[in-house]
Amino acid sequence: MSVLSRNHFELFGLPVRFEIDTAALDAAYRGVQGAVHPDRHAGGTAADRRVAMQLATHANEAYRTLRDPARRGAYLCALAGVDVEFESNTAMPAQFLMQQIEWREALDDARAARSAAGLQALREGLEEARDALLARLARAIDADGDYVEAAGDLRQMMFLDRFSAEIDDAEERLLEA
Amino acid sequence: MSLMQISEPGMSPDPHQRRLAVGIDLGTTNSLVATVRHGIAEVIDDEQGRSLLPSIVHYRAGGGVDVGYEAGEQAAADARDTIVSVKRFMGRGLADATRVKTPYRFVDAPGMVRIRTRAGDKSPVEVSAEILAVLRERAQAALGGELVGAVITVPAYFDDAQRQATKDAAKLAGLNVLRLINEPTAAAVAYGLDNAAEGLYAVYDLGGGTFDISILRLTKGVFEVIATGGDSALGGDDFDRRIVEWALRETGVAPAGDGTALDAAIDAGVVTPGDLRAMMVEARRCKEHLTDEPVATFSVQLSDTTRVRLPVTRERFDELTRDLLERTLLATRRAMRDAQLRVSEIKGAVLVGGSTRMPQVRRAVAELFGKPPLVDLDPDKVVALGAAVQANLLAGNRSADDEWLLLDVIPLSLGIETMGGLVERLIPRNSTIPVARAQEFTTFRDGQTAMAIHVVQGERELVADCRSLARFELRGIPPMAAGAARIRVTFQVDADGLLSVSAREQSSGVEASIAVKPSYGLSDEEIASMLKSSFAAAGDDMRMRALREQQVEADRLLEAMRAALAADGDLLPPPERAAIDELVERLAKARAGDDVGAIRGALDALSRGTDAFAARRMDRSIAQALTGRSLDDVGL
Repeated sequence: MSVLSRNHFELFGLPVRFEIDTAALDAAYRGVQGAVHPDRHAGGTAADRRVAMQLATHANEAYRTLRDPARRGAYLCALAGVDVEFESNTAMPAQFLMQQIEWREALDDARAARSAAGLQALREGLEEARDALLARLARAIDADGDYVEAAGDLRQMMFLDRFSAEIDDAEERLLEA
Repeated sequence: MSLMQISEPGMSPDPHQRRLAVGIDLGTTNSLVATVRHGIAEVIDDEQGRSLLPSIVHYRAGGGVDVGYEAGEQAAADARDTIVSVKRFMGRGLADATRVKTPYRFVDAPGMVRIRTRAGDKSPVEVSAEILAVLRERAQAALGGELVGAVITVPAYFDDAQRQATKDAAKLAGLNVLRLINEPTAAAVAYGLDNAAEGLYAVYDLGGGTFDISILRLTKGVFEVIATGGDSALGGDDFDRRIVEWALRETGVAPAGDGTALDAAIDAGVVTPGDLRAMMVEARRCKEHLTDEPVATFSVQLSDTTRVRLPVTRERFDELTRDLLERTLLATRRAMRDAQLRVSEIKGAVLVGGSTRMPQVRRAVAELFGKPPLVDLDPDKVVALGAAVQANLLAGNRSADDEWLLLDVIPLSLGIETMGGLVERLIPRNSTIPVARAQEFTTFRDGQTAMAIHVVQGERELVADCRSLARFELRGIPPMAAGAARIRVTFQVDADGLLSVSAREQSSGVEASIAVKPSYGLSDEEIASMLKSSFAAAGDDMRMRALREQQVEADRLLEAMRAALAADGDLLPPPERAAIDELVERLAKARAGDDVGAIRGALDALSRGTDAFAARRMDRSIAQALTGRSLDDVGL
């Protein structure tokens, strides 16, 4: 079976699961790059070099996808034929939306007060919510095989990741000042 | 693993078969060339035993060019025709080049600025090529043969335009570029191999004109850059300039004005281009003196016989340059955040670049990382040494010790312009290269048959705040309702960090692609014509040279093919094997003749005919890599 037709888990010799051994993934990624990276084929034929570039690009993309839980979850859903609809489906549970509104207000306050501690507290709350979501995702995908449920959780995860990026930006502003 | 280890007998190729390759650090202030000899990386000195080549090019009044120390002697007396720190202008337009005062007369040109000299208008690429050519000759004289190729280092924070310009300069200097690698990464290789380092390291690289910070993870011979940042217009030159400005203010030489003291003095004609150069040289001397002494004396006689003379203390110098230092620390903190690491996780901070000799820099880095920086390498040489080790590997002189690998990233995000002058980011900064990303766009008018694609690089949301890399058009889109066309734009960044872009309308298959270059750099035609004139000057025959190049390429491919067939020939069913054997035969025959076109044709045919074989071989090596790892894991 050719490399490009294997799924990302197969490429790195890992079981197709949401919960993965990241140390094993890191080691397998280095192993694969050690085999395909263009630097390893600099003395090869032109075909070798072309294929090396293509496969090294592919391995980087596969690693990026599996290394990040949200991308990994979306990829597993796609393998199961379920579209996560990141862009089109914005329906969220009311409780989750309430929480989002509270956080946003807290972020605005922390920004206005230029409070590093405020941002830090927000980040901790966010991390907690993220951990809970990861546990739910693992259950939905690995135990129940319920990809529709997982897709809903992944959409929430995307919200959390975006919010996390906003905290990053706010922190950056503080650094620059 | 050790860089300094002498190869085992029989491990390294026979000296006669050894491919000569060099690493070149093309610096703002100084350049160096290094190579691996007898398993040891070493800098190649000039005939007077000097390692550094000042990156200075002087166009003589009577014709001819001086490079290095000889050119430096002319810097003050013949300032306009003696180009110093040309690296600051690589891949840059007029606005960037004139941001700080220099003695040069710049000429606007599409994409990249030109410098008016008595030898004509020179592109920074051509000026850099003069420096590289001297290093190439130095290496060939020392090693006694033609070079197979060179690894050239660039600041990690160089954008696509600056990288492409560097590669063009190398080509113009007659060098085959094996790879462009990032300066801090090269330094990490030299440091890491030398010390068998494992873990997380920060490389803080402050050169003459550029600043880079890279955070790397070193694991079992893999050098993985996690994040990089910097400022490609911040270096030792800027620290020197602060001393000059201060001296002019303090001594009242500069008239009061709105701009900086230096701008005012030059505009008023109080300071000539030669004076500026002399003061910069003196400031640098003071800066270096202050590394070991508490006080230096800045003393320059201007051309109108005014003497500018005053003491400068280390405290004063620190104060004058504090904001410059703070900019490097800000970039460092940002890179740490991008890497999602805390400073306590960093095992060591490696200092690279001559400017890291300044005590305030060492102190600040020690404070930031909470531990003394690693300074046991020569900060001037370590980049060239790392590049030499990489060049040796890429040239095919691999020994059993050389199982290491570099995984680097792009420093700046890449995107395209969308409606309203906004940037749609396709590849975020710190993506591991090579990387490709595609995105679909659509038309916004009914019946629209063309689409302009504007490629930009940078972190800001507005196109106007990012650097424009290229514009091209996808034409021939079949007329459709607005929003119906599906235009897939693909960005590919190769292992040199260089971008190419292609666009394809999905329903009709109309394609357009571009190597992101002509809008700012030199076109292939320009390079070809410059090469032609340089060969003519050297009395070389273009045709003979082309033939020689194709023959070398044919030999290389034939050798690689034989090795591939010997190792993995079992992957080919007999009919495929026969087809490849025939193509090999055809190339061998063409190689024996002197028809350049025939050799080129046979080369292309063989390389196209072996794609599937190459893919199968790569599959096998992945399988072996993964099996090898699992065997290691169970301790076999």
